[in-house]
Amino acid sequence: MPTFLDNSWFRNIYCNLVENDSARCASGGWFGDGILPNNLAWLAYTVAAFVICFAILNALLGSVIVYIWAWRRVFARFQRRSGPNRWGPFGMLTTVADAIKTMFKEDVVPAEADRLIFNIAPVLMVVPVFMVFAVIPFGAGTFFVDLNVGILFIIAVTSGSVLAVVMAAYGSANRVAIFSGMRSVALLMSYEIPMAISVIGAVMVAGSLSLGRIVEAQDVPFIIVMPLGFLVFAICALAESNQTPFDIAEAESELGSGYLNDYSSMKFGMFYLAEFAAGIAAAAIITTVFLSGWRGWWPIPSQFWFFGKMGAVLFGMMWIRFTWPRLRPDQVMGLAWKGLFELTLINLLSTGIMVAVFADEEAPGDLFSANELWIMAAVNWVVFVVSIWAIGKVLAPKPYRAAMLEAPVQLYPVGVDEMPAVKAAGAAD
Amino acid sequence: MQDYFRQYGLLVIFVAIAIGMPIGMLSLSLLAQRFKVRPSRSSEVKRAAYESGMPPMSPKPTLFNIRYYQYALLFVVFDVETVFLYPWAVKYGVMTQQFGLVALGAMLVFLGVLTVPYLYAWRKRALEWQ
Repeated sequence: MPTFLDNSWFRNIYCNLVENDSARCASGGWFGDGILPNNLAWLAYTVAAFVICFAILNALLGSVIVYIWAWRRVFARFQRRSGPNRWGPFGMLTTVADAIKTMFKEDVVPAEADRLIFNIAPVLMVVPVFMVFAVIPFGAGTFFVDLNVGILFIIAVTSGSVLAVVMAAYGSANRVAIFSGMRSVALLMSYEIPMAISVIGAVMVAGSLSLGRIVEAQDVPFIIVMPLGFLVFAICALAESNQTPFDIAEAESELGSGYLNDYSSMKFGMFYLAEFAAGIAAAAIITTVFLSGWRGWWPIPSQFWFFGKMGAVLFGMMWIRFTWPRLRPDQVMGLAWKGLFELTLINLLSTGIMVAVFADEEAPGDLFSANELWIMAAVNWVVFVVSIWAIGKVLAPKPYRAAMLEAPVQLYPVGVDEMPAVKAAGAAD
Repeated sequence: MQDYFRQYGLLVIFVAIAIGMPIGMLSLSLLAQRFKVRPSRSSEVKRAAYESGMPPMSPKPTLFNIRYYQYALLFVVFDVETVFLYPWAVKYGVMTQQFGLVALGAMLVFLGVLTVPYLYAWRKRALEWQ
C-alpha cells in the first residue's frame, strides 16, 4: 500500500511547509526548509491536503466548463451547425457566461415543495460525483489518496446519487418529476449491478481493489484483456450518468426535464454541473480501470496520457450521445437484466478460469506478465464474440410481422363491448 | 498502520470540501439576492407546480406501480450477491494457489444458487417492464 510520501503532490507541499523533517523529506522542499516546527507536522499535512483537494475540485469545475463548451461545439458539428461562436475565441466564453447567468437567476421554490428536501437534493447530487475524484490516480505519484478499497469506494459513493434523485423528485412535489424520479431510480438500480460485477474481472487479475494497483497490473490494457467487462462497464457508465441512449429520466418530449423541472437558478446549475461532472467521472474511471490509466510511453508525462485517454473516452461518449436515439424504458430494463447481467457473469467465469490457470506458476500476489495477459486476451475475445452473438439471439426482437400476427386482435374502439377500466386517479405511471 | 488511518483522515477533508463547495456556490447565489443582484419577485403563478405550462390539474401521485417494487426486490438480492463477490475476487489469485479450481467452484455454487431465482424471475416476466 502506498504511503502518503509516495504521492509527489503531498511530498512537495509538505516538505516546503515543515522544518527539519529529514526522515520524510531527504532533500527538503524546493525552497529549502519550511517555517512550521516539527511538532506542527500534522498542520503541514492538513494544509497540504486542503490545498490539493481544493485544486482538484476547482480543476474539475474548470474542466466541466470546458467540457460543456466542447460538448456544444461537437454536437453542433454533428448536426452541421456552427454552435456557440460569439463570446471569446471559438465561443469558449459562452459557458462561462452561462455559469454566471445561472447564478444570478431568480430562484423559484414551488408552493407545494418540501423545502428542506428540495434544497438538500442539489448538494447531495454533486457530492458523490466529486468524491470519485478523491481516489483516481491522475498520473504517476499524482493522486489524492490511493485507498486499498478504491474501486469499491467509487461504486459505493456513486450510488448516493440515487438518493438525490429521489429527494429531488419527492421534494419538488411535481407530478412529472415523480414519474421521472421513479423511472430514474429503477434505471440506476438496474445498471448498478452489472456495473459492479463487470469490474470484478479487473479486480481478479490485479488482485487488489486499489486503483493504483489496477493501473500497475495493466501491462496490457484491460480493454484488450477483457472486452466483455469493458463493454458492460461502458454501457453502465453511460446509463449511470444519464446519457442519451438511457436518458429516460429526462426525456424532454415526455417529461420536460424530469426531476429537475421545478429547479431554477443555482440549484438547477448544481444538477447541470453534476450531470456533466458525472460524464467526466465516468470517463476517468473507464480510463483508470480499462485503458491502463496514466501509463504510456516515455517522452510524454503520465498526466498527459491520462487526460488524453480521458478526452478520447469523452469524445466517444459524446459520439454515442449525438447519434443514438433514446431507448424505451422496457428496452432499457431488458438490456440491463437480461443482457448485461449475463454478459458480466460470462466475463467473470472466463477470467476466473484463466486466472486460475496462470496463477499456478506465480508467487502469491504477483502480477501477471504481458505474455500471460495476451493469451487471456485472445481467449476472452473469442468468448466476447460468441457470447455477444448468443445474447443477441436471446434478446432479438421478434420480426414485426410475426409479432403482429401473434398479438390478439384489438378492435378498440370499434367492436368493443365495454370501455377499458380507467386507471385510478393519481396512480403513477 | 498510521498511514492507513491518515488516508481516511484525508477522505474526511475531501468530503468536507466536496460538501462545502456546492453549499458555498448556493449561498453565493443567495447572497446575490440579499444585495438585489438576483431578482426575487415570486408570485402565485410562478410557485405553481410545472405541468407543461397549464394550470396544475392532477393531484400529486401517492400510488406507485408495483413494478418499481419488483425492481427494488431484485436489486436487493443481486446487489448483496455483488458484495460477496468483491472479497472473493481480491483474494482469488492467492486462493487458486492453494485450492486450484475449487476456489472458482465454490463461487460457482454460490452463483448457481442465485441463478435459480434469476431464472424464476425471468420466467415470471419480472425482468420486463410490463
